[in-house]
Amino acid sequence: MTVLTRTILTRIAASIIMLVLISVFIFFAVDMLPGDVARAILGSSATTEALAALRTKLGLDEPAVWRFAHWAWGVLHGDFGTSITTQEPVTTIISFRLGNTLWLAALAAAISIPLALALGIGSALWEGSAFDRIASIVTLGAISMPEFFVAYSLVALFALNWQIFPPISTVTTDSTFLDRLDALILPAITLAFAVVAHMMRMIRAAILDVLGSPFMVMAELKGMPLRRRILRHALPNAAAPIINVIVLNLAYLIVGVVVVEVIFVYPGLGQLLIDSVAQRDLPLVQAGSLIFAAIYLTLNTVADVLAIAFNPRLRFPR
Amino acid sequence: MTFNTSSLPQIGRRGFLAGASAIGAGLLLGAGTARAATPKTGGHFRIGIGDFKTTDTLDTTSNDTKFYNISQFILRNNLVEVAPDGELIPELATSWESSADATTWVFKLRQGVTFHSGKTFGPEDVIFTLNKHVAADSTSAIKPFLKSIVSVTATAPDEVTIVLADGNVGLPAILTVPAAAMLAEGTTDPLDGNGTGPYKLERWQAGIGASFSKNPSYWKEGRGHFDSVELIAIADPSARTAALVGGKIDAYNQVDLKTVNLLKRNAGIQILSQASKAHYVFPMNMTLAPFNNPDVVAAMKYAINRQDLVDRILNGYGTVGNDQPISSAYRYYNADLPQREYDPEKAKSLLAKAGMSGLKVELNVSDVPFSGATDAAVLFKSHAEAAGITIDVKRVPDDGYWDNVWIKSPLCASRWSGRPTEDIMIGGVYTKSAVQAGWNETSMQDDQLDQLVLLARKELDETKRRQMYFDMQQIIHERGSANIFAFANFTDAASSKIAFDTIGNDWDLDGFRAAERWWFA
Repeated sequence: MTVLTRTILTRIAASIIMLVLISVFIFFAVDMLPGDVARAILGSSATTEALAALRTKLGLDEPAVWRFAHWAWGVLHGDFGTSITTQEPVTTIISFRLGNTLWLAALAAAISIPLALALGIGSALWEGSAFDRIASIVTLGAISMPEFFVAYSLVALFALNWQIFPPISTVTTDSTFLDRLDALILPAITLAFAVVAHMMRMIRAAILDVLGSPFMVMAELKGMPLRRRILRHALPNAAAPIINVIVLNLAYLIVGVVVVEVIFVYPGLGQLLIDSVAQRDLPLVQAGSLIFAAIYLTLNTVADVLAIAFNPRLRFPR
Repeated sequence: MTFNTSSLPQIGRRGFLAGASAIGAGLLLGAGTARAATPKTGGHFRIGIGDFKTTDTLDTTSNDTKFYNISQFILRNNLVEVAPDGELIPELATSWESSADATTWVFKLRQGVTFHSGKTFGPEDVIFTLNKHVAADSTSAIKPFLKSIVSVTATAPDEVTIVLADGNVGLPAILTVPAAAMLAEGTTDPLDGNGTGPYKLERWQAGIGASFSKNPSYWKEGRGHFDSVELIAIADPSARTAALVGGKIDAYNQVDLKTVNLLKRNAGIQILSQASKAHYVFPMNMTLAPFNNPDVVAAMKYAINRQDLVDRILNGYGTVGNDQPISSAYRYYNADLPQREYDPEKAKSLLAKAGMSGLKVELNVSDVPFSGATDAAVLFKSHAEAAGITIDVKRVPDDGYWDNVWIKSPLCASRWSGRPTEDIMIGGVYTKSAVQAGWNETSMQDDQLDQLVLLARKELDETKRRQMYFDMQQIIHERGSANIFAFANFTDAASSKIAFDTIGNDWDLDGFRAAERWWFA
């Protein structure tokens, strides 16, 4: 068994244990919150009698442990359950939302990753130059502005002042590719503001670190051309930290964008998760958090595997 | 009591407008209040809704949001409708009358109405709909008002007879609320949008939006002008405003009152503000110390500056309250009650009399009951300081506010969106039976009030009825412990491309019926 396959297998095993622990933790944490689903559905004007009737109907009078076991048994059989309020299958509700979230993340990544790579590599190569300093100041400025400020500013300028893009990003299952692109430009740019600086600075640091090491000096003294030095020698060695920071930011683009979803009225998974917690809709909360956790774990595994694949030295443990 | 109308009033005509009484005369603010006499058909009407849940369904027995309520009136009809002037007019029932003791009610049903599914509307649908609400395991919000139903029977192919255990003059009014929308017999799927209403359900995504298409065979003349209607769930008030200004929606409700005056400057937007039944209140629980002392309760009522709260919390979009829940939007509003004014000196002397000078109370508040509740509490605190009362404003979690804070703490903040009748508002909140229902936030238990509620419910004589409701308002004003400081207007914003006739004030967005009543000019 190679190091690569062993890493992948141990990571998968660890991920499964993590997911189990997470689902247990989330179930009982949400269960401990004050208030309950009956009140959340029926609202403040519900009578005590109606609340009691609904609790019985929803099976909330059962002990929490029993409800958890019931849910876990279903999941093991591929059934994530139905939303306890709308009676729709959780998978139907979530798949539309998850698709939207991934769409936005993909577009934001498509804008921010090439930008961060270009800025990072450029700044490293021309360290201390005007380009380096301007890129640093601009990206730092962008990351210092809270997302809601960037979002509202973009809306005010590009949706209300000059009506180029829509102020809200409503999408339906019928939306075409171009509809989505049009709707998502502003939220994607908002997200890019938040992640480019972090990625760019990490990329710059990683490359500078490698450029200063003895083997790079040796390559330069040998008279190797710059292009070959960077692509052949510097990048593979700097790959691990770069991949790491990109993947971490990707994970953020998928799971951490609730504010942007709310401001742009974009039906993503993050907003659903928050709403479901407020409604105490446990099957939805559970499925949503499991998806988020799985995405995080998978992306981290991918980062490690890619780092090993890129850097042959890591394949041979000492 | 009889109410016979052989044909529908000519809705949407000028003549109807002229008949609008003072009750419906809400103020219309803003530029370009486009009113055209002849509605035009066509267009795609989009409404941004701030109050929604990811759990919204079309089940009439288990929902509470405006998103759900508005959808009911888009898809379905009731037996009785509230006209823009507040009068009850026939909808799926063409007429109704009751026995002398208001226990037996006969509703004549409209003939030739079909559901979207093609089924013809008949008595069996009425029976099915009402029985669903009163079933033993029902979670319906209107069950408490309908539970005295003994039987619902078809007494002719176009007639339903409802027998009540206790007489209730308010039955037709109860049947106007969205939850009482008529379902087709056998409807069980909570996502089934089948109805007799102006639009058919095309898409339902709870927490995201819903779309509807015109019902080409809609029975009601001069209603349902749009080709299609879309509801979009928008939680963030700024996003609702941006969506309207940017032309992505045509109207929205619950306008942010902090910025409404900025929005009003936009020539392409009209602000629609209607005096409403919705009121804001700091209820004092009179079974808990220190409010078990009537002098303390009275002192608290004199220690609040109601006008200041209307000006600053509602930005003027409301009227001062008078410590009783009936506003001018109701039929029997008692305007003769003297307005209770801010009088810190009187509050001080009342406290001194009770031996409670230097009173300290805790006010539990969150923005859950109404937007600005926390600010209102802080203003109340500053008003009360002049009376020597220290109010400790405690910000409590939004989560579980109605379960853990409301009714359970001596003093908190609360809001009521108004009820179809005085009976439901007073009887449902200030009586002993309301204590059992879990709605009596002041724990008021007054034998005389309870008795009046029961008598008025059966009183068919208009003058006597009016006097009873006047008396009830006086009792709550004098003996109650609800610090009702403001009635909030319903404030909506719409594009100036939208036209309408008189706007109803029973709910926001023209009595929840904007999709049915409005049109593109």
